[in-house]
Amino acid sequence: MRLVAIGLVAGLFSALFGVGGGIVIVPLLLGVAAFGAREAAATSLGAIVVTATAGVALYALHDKVDPGYAALVGVPAVAGALIGTSAQQRISTRTLTVVFAVFLALVGVWLLVG
Amino acid sequence: MSTSTIILAVCLGLVAGVMSGLLGVGGGILFVPLLVVLGLGQVEAAATSLLAIIPTAAVGALRQARYGNLRVRPALVIGVASIVGVEIGVRVATSIPEDVLRRLFGALLVAVAVQLAWRARSQKASYPRSK
Repeated sequence: MRLVAIGLVAGLFSALFGVGGGIVIVPLLLGVAAFGAREAAATSLGAIVVTATAGVALYALHDKVDPGYAALVGVPAVAGALIGTSAQQRISTRTLTVVFAVFLALVGVWLLVG
Repeated sequence: MSTSTIILAVCLGLVAGVMSGLLGVGGGILFVPLLVVLGLGQVEAAATSLLAIIPTAAVGALRQARYGNLRVRPALVIGVASIVGVEIGVRVATSIPEDVLRRLFGALLVAVAVQLAWRARSQKASYPRSK
């Protein structure tokens, strides 16, 4: 039942913002479903495949999906994610996390006021 | 689509992928602003981002399944339940003004930035970030 509630919230978030929903799923699995960190992250990825597919199907009905652009950013991103995941085991990501947080905040403010 | 747009999209897509693998944040949080910069509207960017997310999430899920971290039944329960939320989300996103949606997304980015900064602050390199 908790998992169903997590799914509902994650789906709403995902469709509204075009994100996978991991931002919602991971903390909820850790907090209310007693998952470990690795299990939560992995299970979240599995759920996202279903959520994102549903989102694409429903948005396609409104003619909002651009497959060309999706392929242009999505395909290189798979290669990038593989590089990033293996590099993560070897380097300290702390400074990078701070730099990235500042970058995200700046983009966020730009979208807020722009 | 001009050649320079294509090159820019591919390069930024690669960078977005590296960052998501490195920091465990989903690709979507980066794809959406990237697609907006490339000229898509907020709703189109969200919809297109969801399609771009699928291969990255699928590859990640398969890798994690091999490590034995993926719990298939809970993932399916969450995924199937999310469809109802998705239905509502698509309806809301396509009916509210795009600039309101863009501002909400901006606020989301700031919130994620704060969460990341918080995590870096309390992190002693012991927290697994294998999202």
